[in-house]
Amino acid sequence: MTVTTQAMVPEAEATVVPAAAATGSRWRRRPPERPAEQKDRGIISPVERRRPGIARSLRLTEVLLLIGLVIVGLGPLLWLAKSAVTPTQDTLRDPMALWPHGTDWGALWTAWTTEHLDRYFLNTLAVAGGSWISQIVVATTAGYALSVLRPRYGPILTALVVGTLLVPVVVLLVPLYLTVLNPPVIHHSMLNSWWAIWLPAGANPFNVVLMKRFFDNLPREVFEAAKVDGAGPYRLFWSIVLPLSRPILGVVSVFAIIAAWKDYLWPLLVLTDPNKQPLSVRLPILADLIQLNILLSALFISTVIPILLFLVFQRLFLNGAGMSGAVKG
Amino acid sequence: MSVIDRPAGAQPPGPATPAAPASSARPGRSPITWVRGGGLASVVFLLPMLIAFGVFSWFPMVRALVMSVQQTNLVSPATWVGFSNYSNVLHDPDLLTAIKNTAYFAVLALIFGYPIPLALAVVMSEVKRLRGVYTALAYLPVVVPPVVSVLLWKFFYDASGTGVFNSIVGWVGLGPYPWLQSATTAMPSLVLEATWAAAGGTVIIYLAALTGVPPELYDAAEVDGASIRQKIWHVTMPQLRGVLLITLILQLIGTAQVFLEPYLFTSGGPADSTLTILLLIYNYAFGSSLSGDFGSATALSVMLALALGLLSAVYFRLTRSWSTS
Repeated sequence: MTVTTQAMVPEAEATVVPAAAATGSRWRRRPPERPAEQKDRGIISPVERRRPGIARSLRLTEVLLLIGLVIVGLGPLLWLAKSAVTPTQDTLRDPMALWPHGTDWGALWTAWTTEHLDRYFLNTLAVAGGSWISQIVVATTAGYALSVLRPRYGPILTALVVGTLLVPVVVLLVPLYLTVLNPPVIHHSMLNSWWAIWLPAGANPFNVVLMKRFFDNLPREVFEAAKVDGAGPYRLFWSIVLPLSRPILGVVSVFAIIAAWKDYLWPLLVLTDPNKQPLSVRLPILADLIQLNILLSALFISTVIPILLFLVFQRLFLNGAGMSGAVKG
Repeated sequence: MSVIDRPAGAQPPGPATPAAPASSARPGRSPITWVRGGGLASVVFLLPMLIAFGVFSWFPMVRALVMSVQQTNLVSPATWVGFSNYSNVLHDPDLLTAIKNTAYFAVLALIFGYPIPLALAVVMSEVKRLRGVYTALAYLPVVVPPVVSVLLWKFFYDASGTGVFNSIVGWVGLGPYPWLQSATTAMPSLVLEATWAAAGGTVIIYLAALTGVPPELYDAAEVDGASIRQKIWHVTMPQLRGVLLITLILQLIGTAQVFLEPYLFTSGGPADSTLTILLLIYNYAFGSSLSGDFGSATALSVMLALALGLLSAVYFRLTRSWSTS
């Protein structure tokens, strides 16, 4: 591992530079005489936009793109919504027909109650919630210590964390599984316990780097002022740094919850008890056991929640996704 | 590291250091001065990270190296076996199949998944009205839980004439295709779904990068009489070069570890045509009997990690000269 890490760290540094510069583009100085219209111009200039030929093909491109995105991005989900309330025979005979013999809303209820989707749903919430808490606790405290308290040995720890970022997750799979089977100190298997997901989730190097970078950019004067007013390191963390870091907490939270919601392989390995399994692990098993319309209803229910979350917190999602590029870059 | 420590040149290196005397705590002469200087607080705040990373990240990484030269199962204590795990894996006829399949997946994913998000992002960045709708639509598949996407697409790929995709291609007189049922079409089908599920994330990254292109460059290109196509080719693409290089290697590293699609769609079949390296690792460790071959599994993981490390190192060395513009 160390070989990989050492070999890659200098390269990673080199590549973080342009990304950091890109993040700081807000402060890039622009000539003040720039007309307001051109301030957010892209590839095509306002003059070109007014030319009839270009304007027409632009409109055409926009419309075609919209149609394409609706079909590809939304289409499968609309199909799923339709088929969730279609009787199995109709879906099998003509999957593209729209309710040839009416709808069957009962499938949704059957999936939720008889197939115990409610329980797996609550399990998913428990898995995601615990992972979220563990990631937030580790990321905020570590980011604060490494960025604000800055002990002598801090840079070494930062290097270790960044090094972890560069090691492919696959290496961890088997040894982590054995660690969870027989964890050090407590020596009590965490198999079939949510702790087996919650605790390893905290070891997320990406969060720590993101948090540390954010704290690095907070104005030092505020910390100094708080110290002059007698705030110790704990008070400074709780009353100054945490309230200031609400935006980044939002981003990390969205990442944490979505990642936990999506995770499959790890919960599959450590949660063998169906009463503990989240939706992601349970759905493929159900797929072989239950009727098609019930399965499609179950898939629909499992999709609606993340999509609603996305629509409500859209800005947070998209900023975060953009930021992930900046940090990875 | 230095870059990450001081990002975006937010603090000038000079005045920041003397401004924080308490935090840059010198190790005191006695434990009391150490505690007064904030040394204890640092340790307290670092504790969650040290436990989480120590137990669940750093320790398992070291353990991976150790286990790869041990014979380990859950029944008997581990014994040292030298490099025999490695030679077992290297002599496994499935390994070559897995490497070929993984490389095939990676190449197909590159062909499908690399140009499409870029083209989408460039066009979307020029959309003025309802930009939010476009981005939301492009990102929607990323929000769908991967397991749901795979199960849904598995149904779409139904090989009968009344399967969803076969119905659609039937409208234009094509098909029916066997999709997942045939060794030749199974892998492209997997890649198609994987691309659908992931492209939106890359689009967002490119869109963010596109906002960082200084408009002055376009102005200057126009003064020189550049057409829209020339501006894209000679201004936009060079400006995105850094991001493009990174997403390429990240995509390669990601696809080299593909598991979900081959596992849930085809379990490696038909005729091992979708058996990937990660699936092989999984099969070694958790695949069949009660006690898995953890030694071979870790040996293969370590080799994969080393190969990816080497790939990235070579990649960055080769592209260094044209990565920073």
